[in-house]
Amino acid sequence: MTTARSLVAIPAWNEEGSIADVIEKVRLNQPSVDVLVVDDGSLDGTAHVAREAGATVVSLPFNVGVGGAMRTAFLHARREGYTALVQVDADGQHDPADLDRLLAGLTDADIVVGTRFHPESMYFVGGPRRWAMVLLSRALSIMNRGRISDPTSGFRSAGPRAIELFAVDYPADYLGDTVGSLAIAIRKGLTISEAPVTMYFRQFGRPSKNALWSALYLGRATLAIIATSLQGARRTKEDTA
Amino acid sequence: MTPDILAGLTAAVTFVFVFYLLRKGVLREKYAVLWLFFSAAALFFAIFPSALSWITRTLGVTTPANLLFFTTVVLLVLVSIQLSYELSRHEMRIRRLAEEVALLQQQIDEIRDTDERE
Repeated sequence: MTTARSLVAIPAWNEEGSIADVIEKVRLNQPSVDVLVVDDGSLDGTAHVAREAGATVVSLPFNVGVGGAMRTAFLHARREGYTALVQVDADGQHDPADLDRLLAGLTDADIVVGTRFHPESMYFVGGPRRWAMVLLSRALSIMNRGRISDPTSGFRSAGPRAIELFAVDYPADYLGDTVGSLAIAIRKGLTISEAPVTMYFRQFGRPSKNALWSALYLGRATLAIIATSLQGARRTKEDTA
Repeated sequence: MTPDILAGLTAAVTFVFVFYLLRKGVLREKYAVLWLFFSAAALFFAIFPSALSWITRTLGVTTPANLLFFTTVVLLVLVSIQLSYELSRHEMRIRRLAEEVALLQQQIDEIRDTDERE
């Protein structure tokens, strides 16, 4: 596995405040990787700031969500011949020090999911949200015949086979980009492993998560998994350009 | 039975309006044909209510109105599903185009940059 053809993809939507810092930290940890920022229809200076920080910037004309942004990244990776892609969040909650581990894991697997649940982790969720995450984890682990303890983690890496698949087929629906994409990969016979990572709490958190939210979350994720499992070969026409 | 004037007028107006939209080129044939067919059928049954009564008796339904409402609801549901399908397909295609545009823009930027440096 050559790290010379590795790409760090950062989907970003209005993250001008944190993006430069994230790019710099990625560079410090992995000087040899290329950094791609997929600006997902930002209205602020995200694209400009990212370009100044030395990243390649692909700007979507309007907001398409993380799924669409990631498929753009996979398309780019495939066309430019990258053999590894690591997804990193633009808000600084992922620690680029873990990039090594996610890239190293690709020698034995097609996808390596960074998990927040391990003995040294500071990450904690409780209540209904935790139950939802546990259920999802169980379901995907069974499908995978191997442990996936944190399927909703957006800190993950993909090898050549996964890049090939996701450039064509990457779900754009809610939760599809995390849970749904894993279900697709399992279906196509790709191998998935996991690596412990550090995740910081978001500085500007999402709205508070209550029981109703968790139930909806679980419902939509279940729907995403079922839809993927039942789906035939969904293909978006993909040119060879 | 006498022709139903209100129903007939409604069907006729719908038919003419859809035809007008089709002629103006704002409605595609594949959708227009469906609505033209519906309104033509409605017009037919408004003029000849006995035809509806005959079908109702043949199918063993008690009231003609029930058959009419049932058929209408089924057809409208089918049309809605078809429209949802078309809408989903268009959303996917638009997203795909957006991705492609973004990637092309990036390549143009890159080519410009190397040109300026030379």
